[in-house]
Amino acid sequence: MTTLIDRRMGVFLAGLFVLTVLIPAGNLASDGALVPSYIVSLFGKYLCYALLAVALDLVWGFCGILSLGHGAFFALGGYAMGMHLMREIGDRGVYANPLLPDFMVFLNWKELPWFWLGFDQFWFASLMVMLVPGALAFVFGWFAFRSRVTGVYLSIITQAMTYALQLAFFRNEMGFGGNNGLTDFKDVLGIPLQTDTARAGLFVLSALALAAGLLIARAITTSKLGMILVCIRDAESRTRFMGYRVEGYKLFIFVVSAMMAGVAGALYTPQVGIINPGEFSPANSIEIVIWVALGGRGTLVGAALGAIIVAASKTLFTGWFPEFWLFALGGLFIVVTLFLPRGVLGLIEDGLASLRGGGARRAVSAAREDGQAPDAAPEAEARA
Amino acid sequence: MSVQLQLDGVNRSFDGYKAINDLSLSVDKGELRAVIGPNGAGKTTMMDIITGKTRPDSGKVLWNQSLDLTKIDEAGSARLGIGRKFQKPTVFETHTVEENIALSLKAERGVFATLFHRRTEAERARITELLQLVRLEEARDRPAADLSHGQKQWLEIGMLLAQDPELLLVDEPAAGMTDAETMRTADLLRSLAGRHTVIVVEHDMDFVRALNCRVTVLHQGHVLTEGSLDHVSSNPEVIEVYLGR
Repeated sequence: MTTLIDRRMGVFLAGLFVLTVLIPAGNLASDGALVPSYIVSLFGKYLCYALLAVALDLVWGFCGILSLGHGAFFALGGYAMGMHLMREIGDRGVYANPLLPDFMVFLNWKELPWFWLGFDQFWFASLMVMLVPGALAFVFGWFAFRSRVTGVYLSIITQAMTYALQLAFFRNEMGFGGNNGLTDFKDVLGIPLQTDTARAGLFVLSALALAAGLLIARAITTSKLGMILVCIRDAESRTRFMGYRVEGYKLFIFVVSAMMAGVAGALYTPQVGIINPGEFSPANSIEIVIWVALGGRGTLVGAALGAIIVAASKTLFTGWFPEFWLFALGGLFIVVTLFLPRGVLGLIEDGLASLRGGGARRAVSAAREDGQAPDAAPEAEARA
Repeated sequence: MSVQLQLDGVNRSFDGYKAINDLSLSVDKGELRAVIGPNGAGKTTMMDIITGKTRPDSGKVLWNQSLDLTKIDEAGSARLGIGRKFQKPTVFETHTVEENIALSLKAERGVFATLFHRRTEAERARITELLQLVRLEEARDRPAADLSHGQKQWLEIGMLLAQDPELLLVDEPAAGMTDAETMRTADLLRSLAGRHTVIVVEHDMDFVRALNCRVTVLHQGHVLTEGSLDHVSSNPEVIEVYLGR
C-alpha cells in the first residue's frame, strides 16, 4: 500500500508551508518593505493555478480524460465568488443601489435576477463555488461518458463547452456583467480586500486549499478506485470486461476535479480583483494542459509545480519582452515534450537520484550520454 | 444437466456483411467446449455478442435459460459471471502483477465501494493462491509491462480466475506459448471444467486435442457441425473449409 504522503508530497508540502509562513509574515511584519503587497497577491494567484493544475492532473494524468475546458470550471467558481463580492459592495457602488450591482443599474434592470438570490450569504456562495462547476461537470460527463465519447472527440467538445460559455457570459442579458465581468470588489467577510491582512488571509487560504486538494487527490489516486482510473486510462475496454462501469468512474473523477477547479477559481477572483468572460477562453484551458505536461503528468505535485513555474515565467517574461511570451511558452512545451517525458519533476528527481549516486558521478554522466535517461522513463512512468 | 448459455437464431451483420448468420448454440453448465473455425467465421463476434459488446440484429442469447444477455453491457455481463480472456493478452502494464490480480478479484464494483476499499486478509490469501497457480509469485511486485508474452497470458488467466466467473470465454489462450506451456494451459482449462463452464476458441489443433472435449465448428457465422474432434475432423465439409487449408 502506498502512503498518503510520500517523499515527493512531503517535500512539496514542506516547501509550501515555508512559503505560506514567510511571504505573508514578511509582508505584514515589514509593512510591505521586505515583501511588497503585490507579491503576496501574485503568489496567491499562482497557488490557485497550482490547485487548478492538480484538478486537471486528476482527470488527465490518472484517467486519460484530456479536458480542454477545465478553465470553465475554474471560471464558474470564480464567478460564484465574484457574485458574492458584488453583493457585499451593497450601497457603496457608483450608483449606490443597496440591492443591485452597478452593471444592473446601468442596464436599467429593476430587480435582482433569481440566480443572484442567496449570493449575499457567504456560506451560500461558498457552496455554489463547488456545486455549480460540479453540476455542469455531472451533466456534461453524464452524456459524454455514457455515449462513450473519448479521446480527441471528448477534448474537442470540452473545448466547445468552454467557448460556448465564454460567448454566453459576454452577453449583457446573461446577468453576469457581460464583457466587463464582475469587479470593483470592496471587501470579503467585512475585511477590506485592499488591506494586507486580507491579502495574507487569502494567501494562506489558497495554500491550505492547495494542500487539501493535493491530499484529497493523493488519497483518491492511491485507493483501489485510483488504480481503476489508471486501468481505464491504459485499457478502457478491458476494464469494462472486468465488470467496472467505466462511465461511473469517469463521471466521479470529472466531478471531483471540476469542484476542485471551482475552489481554485473562487480563491483567484478576490486576489486579482476581477472575473470576466476572458477566463473561459479556450486558450486558458490549453495553458492548464501545458502546466501539467510541463510539471509531470500523473504526479499531482508535478502539476502544481508546473503551474507555478509557467505562471511565474509568464509574469517575468511579459514584463521583459511581452511579445515573446507565447514563443517562449511554445518552446518550453516542445522542449518538455521532446526531452523531458516525465516533466520538470522527473528531471528534478532523476537529478537528485544521480547526485545521491555518490562518488560515481562520472559513471552517471557517462550513462547519461549512453541514453540511460530515456530508458529509465518507461519504468518511472510505470511507477507513477 | 442444465443449460448455461444458449444462442438461438442469432444474426448480426456489419455493413451488409453477415458476420453471424442464424447461429444457434447451446453449452451446458460445467461443460468444456472448443470452438474452431477459419478466420472470419464469426468467433470473435460471437464472443462480443455473449459479453454485450455487440448487440445482435435478431435472435436470443439466454443465460441460465432465463436472462436475456442482449440487453446487458460488458460490465453487466462480467458482473453476472462471464469472464473473457482476449487473444492478445491485455494486462494493466503500469500496475504490478499483484495489483492486476487484486483488481480482478470478485468484489463490489461500484465507485464508492472501491473508493473506500481496504484489502482484507482473505483477499491477500486469495491473491497469493492465484499467483502460485499461474506461477507468477516471484514477479508479484514487478510492473506487468516487464512480463514476457507467455507470462502475460498466464497473468490474464489468473485475472480471469480471480473474477471467479461461472462462464469463461477464452480466446486463443495458447497463442505465443511454448509447447510445454500450451499443454499446461490445456490441463488447467480441463481442471476448471465442472466447476466453471469453459468455452475456448482456438486454432491450434494439438491444443484442441489435448482439451479432449466437444468441438463446435463455425463457418460463415453458422455452426457447420458439432461433436468430438475425431468426428468433426472426418467431416468432408470441415476438411474443405478449414482443416484442408
